[in-house]
Amino acid sequence: MDAVAAPGPETAETAFADRSRLVEGVRAYGLIVAMWLRSTLAYRASFVMTTVGNFLMTGFDFVTIMLMFSHVDALGGYTLPEIALLYGVSASAFGLCDLLLGSVDRVGQRVRDGTLDTLLVRPVPVLAQVAADRFALRRLGRITQALLVLGYALVTLDIAWTPLKVALLPVMVLSGAAIFGAVFVAGAAFQFYAQDASEVQNAFTYGGTTLLQYPPSVFARDLVRGVTFIVPLAFVSWLPALYVLGRDYPLDLPRWVAFLPPLVAGGCWVLAGLVWRVGLRSYRSTGS
Amino acid sequence: MRLYAVVAAGGFRRYATYRTATLAGVFTNTVFGFIVAYTYLALWDERPQLGGYDQSEALTYVWLGQALLMTCAMMGAGFESELTERIRTGDIAVDLYRPADLQLWWLAGDLGRAAFHLLGRGVAPMVLGALAFDLALPDSPWMWPAFLVSVLLGVVVSFALRFLVALSAFWLMDGAGALQMAMLAGLFFSGMLLPLTLFPGVLGEVARALPWSSLLQVPADVFLGRYTGWGLLGAYAFQAGWALVLLLAGRLLQSVATRRVVVQGG
Repeated sequence: MDAVAAPGPETAETAFADRSRLVEGVRAYGLIVAMWLRSTLAYRASFVMTTVGNFLMTGFDFVTIMLMFSHVDALGGYTLPEIALLYGVSASAFGLCDLLLGSVDRVGQRVRDGTLDTLLVRPVPVLAQVAADRFALRRLGRITQALLVLGYALVTLDIAWTPLKVALLPVMVLSGAAIFGAVFVAGAAFQFYAQDASEVQNAFTYGGTTLLQYPPSVFARDLVRGVTFIVPLAFVSWLPALYVLGRDYPLDLPRWVAFLPPLVAGGCWVLAGLVWRVGLRSYRSTGS
Repeated sequence: MRLYAVVAAGGFRRYATYRTATLAGVFTNTVFGFIVAYTYLALWDERPQLGGYDQSEALTYVWLGQALLMTCAMMGAGFESELTERIRTGDIAVDLYRPADLQLWWLAGDLGRAAFHLLGRGVAPMVLGALAFDLALPDSPWMWPAFLVSVLLGVVVSFALRFLVALSAFWLMDGAGALQMAMLAGLFFSGMLLPLTLFPGVLGEVARALPWSSLLQVPADVFLGRYTGWGLLGAYAFQAGWALVLLLAGRLLQSVATRRVVVQGG
């Protein structure tokens, strides 16, 4: 079980070891993903059907919003194209994260049935293995749907574009994916203790992206505070997207917070990495 | 009859063993309940009386949806993936050999599952929702049993639909695609995303006439006192009618399918 990096003073040597472990992890991730891609594409018809299914299922979220707008002109003071921007950013970030890391919520099941042991004896970082496990290319359906809504928002919105706003768009999708990813990993680490509580994770991940699809003015102040300061999901779409839209921020936050997402994402990953290590170290096999 | 009661009790106990998962599910249902409730508040702020509901009735609808999501299996997650798996692997031959009716056997188990989910994952979110929001709870104590009858009929319709979809595995071999499509239909046409009374024009009329409306829209309307007297009987008749038609269709498909079963020796 020495595969888990041993704690110790941060010397040049351990820092180097950490870096090489990271490279090794990414390489292993790539290899496992490639394996699952080959297996997925062996059943083309099934792949096409499940991808379309994924597209439709997430599409229903936006259909619901459109049905709402068949009755009203604004929701919480926001128009349909404005909500489409919030939706597009949040759903693209979530879709990207779900494609790359969505499988980590299976950790609880692996703890339960004991198959995690197999991953521990391999000379590859466990996180890379569980992240790539059953890599589901069909999740492209979700991203496609999200990008279409984002495209619709960008075409219909009347925004005074500045170079800063343009640059902020890809940054918020990528940092948003990273923030969601940290939530996924922290949630997976929680499974080492809770085992069959993967639904708690769904509340933060799927629940989080649903929340961000609506403007903050819809929700109670305490809820907005919670997703800004405790689980910083507000940095995925609300704060940067409201800057692009030229809208007021919730909670009277200063304007520069719109540029914090990369920093917040980095901080979240440091915390998630620590939680993951603690969780993995506490793992006791079920035996046979 | 005794046999099916035992199977139903088994279904109940089986889900009752997942205590942590049930708690986690209650947590998730509650979080989603809050998120959707706030979006409905914003919607009904703009348009009071939208779809024939006032604000507290709309909020009640949200929490009923969370409470019945697992009970009426609007997104699936009942016996159906197990049944398709048994068809795919051929284990179904063993089931057909049993001195019990295939459809009734799975129905009994699913009723047990639904009963557990109503208690385990239905009551707590509803209570939490009622504490946080001003819900429109029934005035008359008789509305509670009337609501439960409608939920029971909804579970049977839900079962009959999923049984039909699962049997398609006899022809498709891999039932995953069909199950996913059924789940999509269930999510959209049950009224889980938005009350069917808000669906515009023909889409709304068709959605309200389809069997999936028995899963949430009809029980919720019974709970909200939309049906009384003969109207209530009419609502029950709508649900029971779909249940009967779909169960009979399942029975027909079952007899066609079982004639196709070829048991490989070995």
